[in-house]
Amino acid sequence: MTMTDPGPEGRFGEFGGTFVPETLVPACRELDGAFRDAWADPGFRAELNRLLTDYAGRPSPVTECFNLSQELGVRVLLKREDLNHTGSHKINNVLGQALLAKRMGKTRLVAETGAGQHGVATATAAALFGMDCIVYMGEVDIVRQELNVFRMKLLGTEVRTARSGSRTLKDAVNEAMRYWVSVVDTTHYCLGSAMGPHPYPWMVREFHRVIGDEAREQCRKLLGGGVPDVVVACVGGGSNAIGIFSGFVDTDAELVGVEPAGGAAVTRAVPGIVHGSKSYLLQDEWGQVLEAESISAGLDYPGVGPEHSHLASIGRARYIPVTDAEVVEAFQLLTRTEGIIPALESAHAIAWVSRARDELAGKTVLVNLSGRGDKDVTQMMDILT
Amino acid sequence: MSESLETALRARRGSGGKCLVPYITGGLGDDWIEMVRAAAAAGADAIEIGVPFSDPVMDGPTIQLANDRALAAGVTPQSVLDTLRGADIGVPTAVMTYVNLAFHNGYRRFASNLAEAGVSGCILPDMPLEEIGPWAAAADAAGVETVLLAAPTAPDERLPRICERSHGFVYGVGLVGITGVRSELAHSAKVMAARLKAITDKPVLVGVGVGSPAQAVEVSEVSDGVVIGSVIVQRMLDGGGPEGVGDLVSEFRTALDSR
Repeated sequence: MTMTDPGPEGRFGEFGGTFVPETLVPACRELDGAFRDAWADPGFRAELNRLLTDYAGRPSPVTECFNLSQELGVRVLLKREDLNHTGSHKINNVLGQALLAKRMGKTRLVAETGAGQHGVATATAAALFGMDCIVYMGEVDIVRQELNVFRMKLLGTEVRTARSGSRTLKDAVNEAMRYWVSVVDTTHYCLGSAMGPHPYPWMVREFHRVIGDEAREQCRKLLGGGVPDVVVACVGGGSNAIGIFSGFVDTDAELVGVEPAGGAAVTRAVPGIVHGSKSYLLQDEWGQVLEAESISAGLDYPGVGPEHSHLASIGRARYIPVTDAEVVEAFQLLTRTEGIIPALESAHAIAWVSRARDELAGKTVLVNLSGRGDKDVTQMMDILT
Repeated sequence: MSESLETALRARRGSGGKCLVPYITGGLGDDWIEMVRAAAAAGADAIEIGVPFSDPVMDGPTIQLANDRALAAGVTPQSVLDTLRGADIGVPTAVMTYVNLAFHNGYRRFASNLAEAGVSGCILPDMPLEEIGPWAAAADAAGVETVLLAAPTAPDERLPRICERSHGFVYGVGLVGITGVRSELAHSAKVMAARLKAITDKPVLVGVGVGSPAQAVEVSEVSDGVVIGSVIVQRMLDGGGPEGVGDLVSEFRTALDSR
């Protein structure tokens, strides 16, 4: 199979769509048109590629983990999105959207953030392009990730506190959408994951496709023309996962998404509609959205991007939950064996490889290391001491 | 079988009056159904019943707070409908909630639950025209009127399709933004009403940002009437009770009648 254009309706099988207030429908349609136009324009692609290369530092390398491989009995390769400017894969999408916003004549950006990685990336792009920027962040996350809050402020962004509901990523999305409803003429909503109303799940995937495309080529060289047996990535909204999956979906590689046990929307597989699209969603017996609970603020989200629900429902990818305790162990494991401190989000992927080492024995596994762990060091210090 | 929204609103318009539809958060306070009755007795033509949802993205702080309080008190879609069933309010009701509660229940079951509870209409603000098909089929089959919103951001070509598909009335969104009281009526409110009145014979009511009797009168110079939400819910949150809600609705009724 291949990952295709979901069409003007934004459908991935039975998932996706444009479930937004009427006020936002014209903006979503305008964005769909603008993205189609830009993505087909070699000039836009060249400008974005230049930024990804000269500013973000792409291509990111693939690192073979000799020590970890020996310890686990599994050949582990890391796609090093942690080495991008701003410390995660998020910059790929943000540079694309900011460039698109500029092309559309928008002067301001609004975004939501969980761990702060997307917020920092958006604030960075706003500084680079000279745009005003507002980032909504849950009150709980602001405490967990105070360094990223300060980073955003240094970059000239206004950080607004989302105080409703669970006061985490879900509520930051609500607040960002509410704000967007009132300033839709001048402001682009720079959504940070492959979720939300069409065209976001598709557009964000396309902006992260570079991860998969690079990795495919790098693996081809490293593996003598072959592909890894398994490609694995953590899944909250699912942007880094969809990016790396897009490079391997047409191969024999098994695709594995790793969810936090407290936010395992795909594993539980109950469809719902919130934040613009139909997808798997954690909810109670009445359809009220439940609060996710994860050690990692970036995965603390009750939903998932619609294309992941589609990939799961057709059996092309499988999704597995890991516990916070496994994540803490994996965080230390990679740090100790390879000298690479992963983001807590990315440590989910490592945690599954570690747990599944028997099943994976002798196989080659490509892990998308979506971000670096500097932001999580304070939190880990509290947990480990 | 309950009276249809459209029949009630056309009757008010036909008699030369302006339509008044207050919004009440279902389950907010043990006596919320008494507030619904008080609003009806004070001259409301229909009542919107908000069914609390965890993530109300179209709502401002007042209705969010009301939602949170009701949910914390254990209110469910079922408990709201159970209270409405046989409540004998005297005017038609429309449920306003978000699409996931209908989707999770199953569109057909949700629509028949509404009809069975005597609810005439349904408003799902995060379900635009593009996605309405499966729900509309279920609602039509159950005899539930689906009210669609029309927003100031809509291009002209979109509005006739919204008016065509909307039943009960056409809900003109008064401003580019979320629900809540503003100090002045937005310029967009009357423009929205005029754009809709020019293309449909269905009742055109404007809501969102209509928070005072004076603002209601102002927009009703063009529209067939108003939906008033946050100002009522604020009165409920302030402990105004049935009497307070009734008094407030009376003020709007009197202002609209003495234009």
